[in-house]
Amino acid sequence: MLSIESASTAAFVVAGLLFILALAGLSKHETARVGNSFGILGMAIALLATIAVAVDGGIDALPLVLLIATVLIGAAIGLWRARVVEMTGMPELIALLHSFVGLAAVLVGWNGYLHIEHHPHGADTAALEAADLLGVHSAEVFIGVFIGAVTFTGSIVAFLKLSARMKSSPLMLPGKNILNLGALVVFAALTVWFVIDPTVWLLVAVTAIALLLGWHLVASIGGGDMPVVVSMLNSYSGWAAAASGFLLGNDLLIITGALVGSSGAYLSYIMCKAMNRSFISVIAGGFGIEAGPADDKDYGEHKEIKADEAAELLADAKSVVITPGYGMAVAQAQYPVADLTAKLRAKGVDVRFGIHPVAGRLPGHMNVLLAEAKVPYDIVLELDEINGDLAATDVVLVIGANDTVNPAAAEDPSSPIAGMPVLEVWNAHDVIVFKRSMAAGYAGVQNPLFFRDNTKMLFGDAKDRVEDILRALD
Amino acid sequence: MLIGIPRESKPGETLVAATAKTATQLTNLGYDVIVESGAGAHADQADAAFVEAGVRVGTTEEVWAADVVVKVNAPTDDEIGRLRRGATIVSMMAPARSPELIERLQAAGVTALAMDAVPRISRAQSMDVLSSMANVAGYRAVIEAAHEFGRMFTGQVTAAGKIPPARVFVVGAGVAGLAATGAASAMGAIVRAFDVRPEVAEQVESMGAQFVELDSSAFEDAKSSDGYAKEMTPEQEAATAAMYDEEARAADIVVTTALIPGRPAPKLITAETIAGMRPGSVIVDMAAANGGNAALTQADQRIVTDNGVTILGYTDLAGRLAAQTSQLYGTNVVNLLKLLTPEKDGVLTLDFDDVVQRGLTVVRDGESTWPPPAVQVSAAPQASAKAVVTHKEPKVPMSAGKRLGVVAAAAAALFGLISLAPEGLQQHLTVFALAIVVGFYVIGHVHHALHTPLMSVTNAISGIIVVGALLQIGDDSTPIMVLAAVATLLASINIFGGFAVTRRMLGMFSRS
Repeated sequence: MLSIESASTAAFVVAGLLFILALAGLSKHETARVGNSFGILGMAIALLATIAVAVDGGIDALPLVLLIATVLIGAAIGLWRARVVEMTGMPELIALLHSFVGLAAVLVGWNGYLHIEHHPHGADTAALEAADLLGVHSAEVFIGVFIGAVTFTGSIVAFLKLSARMKSSPLMLPGKNILNLGALVVFAALTVWFVIDPTVWLLVAVTAIALLLGWHLVASIGGGDMPVVVSMLNSYSGWAAAASGFLLGNDLLIITGALVGSSGAYLSYIMCKAMNRSFISVIAGGFGIEAGPADDKDYGEHKEIKADEAAELLADAKSVVITPGYGMAVAQAQYPVADLTAKLRAKGVDVRFGIHPVAGRLPGHMNVLLAEAKVPYDIVLELDEINGDLAATDVVLVIGANDTVNPAAAEDPSSPIAGMPVLEVWNAHDVIVFKRSMAAGYAGVQNPLFFRDNTKMLFGDAKDRVEDILRALD
Repeated sequence: MLIGIPRESKPGETLVAATAKTATQLTNLGYDVIVESGAGAHADQADAAFVEAGVRVGTTEEVWAADVVVKVNAPTDDEIGRLRRGATIVSMMAPARSPELIERLQAAGVTALAMDAVPRISRAQSMDVLSSMANVAGYRAVIEAAHEFGRMFTGQVTAAGKIPPARVFVVGAGVAGLAATGAASAMGAIVRAFDVRPEVAEQVESMGAQFVELDSSAFEDAKSSDGYAKEMTPEQEAATAAMYDEEARAADIVVTTALIPGRPAPKLITAETIAGMRPGSVIVDMAAANGGNAALTQADQRIVTDNGVTILGYTDLAGRLAAQTSQLYGTNVVNLLKLLTPEKDGVLTLDFDDVVQRGLTVVRDGESTWPPPAVQVSAAPQASAKAVVTHKEPKVPMSAGKRLGVVAAAAAALFGLISLAPEGLQQHLTVFALAIVVGFYVIGHVHHALHTPLMSVTNAISGIIVVGALLQIGDDSTPIMVLAAVATLLASINIFGGFAVTRRMLGMFSRS
């Protein structure tokens, strides 16, 4: 018989499948938009089914009003933020959104506790006890709150670091690995205790520990590693949702949470490989770059170039590769860069972009910025695709990138970034580096590229300098 | 330590292992240097030039009594006899082809370093005499050809008629081949070049020549690990024979440089092909010392066939530019000694942990160390650079057995977990496990540009936690209701914001 119950179960399955289609669709340009629509459709079905179940369950007027009001207010805020966010501010927004999921998971977990364990004589509690699932429920509450709280504070710290409200250098507490490990051990012990004796102060304690752990995990990671961190938090937020699913016995939450969790973990894994880091140590959060040794090495003199000379160099070039980094995002230089690209292409210069997998503060950050500025995506290539061609390139423009083009990674085994795959721009005939000053990059490592014979420095704000070149080209 | 630079005993040899300039550089490394009188006479390095540079000029005996003797050609029996026990001899030795030389060096109780056995890795390029000599030889091959060829290389239209440009066909795009290609195209000829390694096409084109394409899958594996071309298989030779014939007949000048280490040079230009070439054509066979690439080549000889084709089998092409080659050879020697004298104290030390030093040491203190362990070098330049700079052990991929073990352990753990779980939990765990796997595979091949949209869409989807909050909002208890309402609000922001921002981003991607 078709009842609200069975219909909602069916709806949840359909929604879960739609989410899978959404993720699959997002893997390719051609299907990405359809994928997003699948996701929206799945979410709509899930929401309607849930509200139907709630209404069917005899919800009171006040909660119903509250439900509709909060969804509408949330929708308004979300849509507003999505419309006004600068594309350069994407990383912050996504980190902040992750924190919401984490906090929501904490609240759902606490509610689970208040509803069951706090009411030892309630009807639902009795039912669970009869099925011998009360202990399982307690464990689920505990785990859900823990993961949610770690996600919450971790994302908040990531947000603060990305929006420069907090120093981006890694926090170096003595014995930080012991601290992290200790928190996990305490969590395990408290879980066992809570299953035996579900008292409220244990839940308070685990919430506090998890909040501190999340804070510490991300605070120990330097700003340069934020792309991996954001992706890792994405994964955590999925696991938090899955834990809530176990708590509520809701398969849709479990499916979706596991999907997000494992795909996020896989994405982090891809990025770790790109940065030559161990995946396990990233998940454990103890992977912040160790502070590099004091760098007193004499690299010699760098050479400067003016915008009009750079323009001449570009006008005479046959092939140009642009390797942007976070500096381009900061300076909002993507529009003039796109204009420059269009102008050079019109002159018959072969212009392409080389994107390092960890350029920017978010995976694919540069691609999004360039897409915003209408740079055609088929000339935007990734590391492996462009590296072989760099030797045959006349001019490389390094715009606001530093560590991702550092030859020390390939040539100096003692360098803190040794072994990280980098864009081998120094093989090109000429390299022009757009930079504010001679300061070191995010990893705090000096870049020998700046002192190479074929490298010329173009100092100043990237946007202004690119505009100067554009004027000189006219 | 004293370094002796003897006069080369090989008849007709013009080279010398040090010039006044490189001898000075050796002194700067802490060595005393003595040069045999007249050693540099054919390379524009008169004794006076050495004296002026502050280098001692001495007799044969004095030079051969030195701690280190550096020369160009392999030492003769007579010369080995002059070396004192424990001395070091540095020269070209072709160790792979001269086992009897190695035996005699062993018997003499000396240390022998072969300049021509330097591993072909980027770091060792500065000591690679084969490359520096091949470079000079390739240039000279074209000059010799131009000398024999009865016409100009460059095409012109003059009042007295049109001069067609010469057509040059270069076989082998190693250092010599590329140098010949560059020299010939600089002189205005139309140059076509071929190599069995298709990946060098770009280098050929960069020297201003056309690469002769040979559309055959037979060539996929022609790259060898040590930076040289391999000898071709019979099928490959059959596939190329027709091409060689056609190209050679069309060419005015043919320069062949095909060599395979430790083996006779492959015969590429047949007698029939030569017979079909135009009178006045010139073949310069740079592989003559190893038997030659052309059928009629005779080492060190200039021969003219019945149909008027000149074949040059000179093996001393580099020596014909004695001053230049000696300077390059001397610099290679200096670079080698820099490596062997890390303290710059004039004391030569051998470090067998270094692949370069290990590779070129043929005999150490009377004991044969030949052949050295293989050094893996790719012919591709970036790859060889990597081979040098990364000292990390390559990650060993998990063996099938180990992988099976890990999977089995994981399966057992999962089995334990699910089988012990209460009934109500089992179904959830099943769903959970399957969803994890799906999540892994579904984004397996995500395009790099879509990382951010993918992340924001998964972020939106993880807002599904709103379902949990919505189910709780109807609870009778006020605190639960309030908390659930807050959770709903947060999750809603997430859902709507996430989808909207993804939509906005995707709208921006466009293809030109």
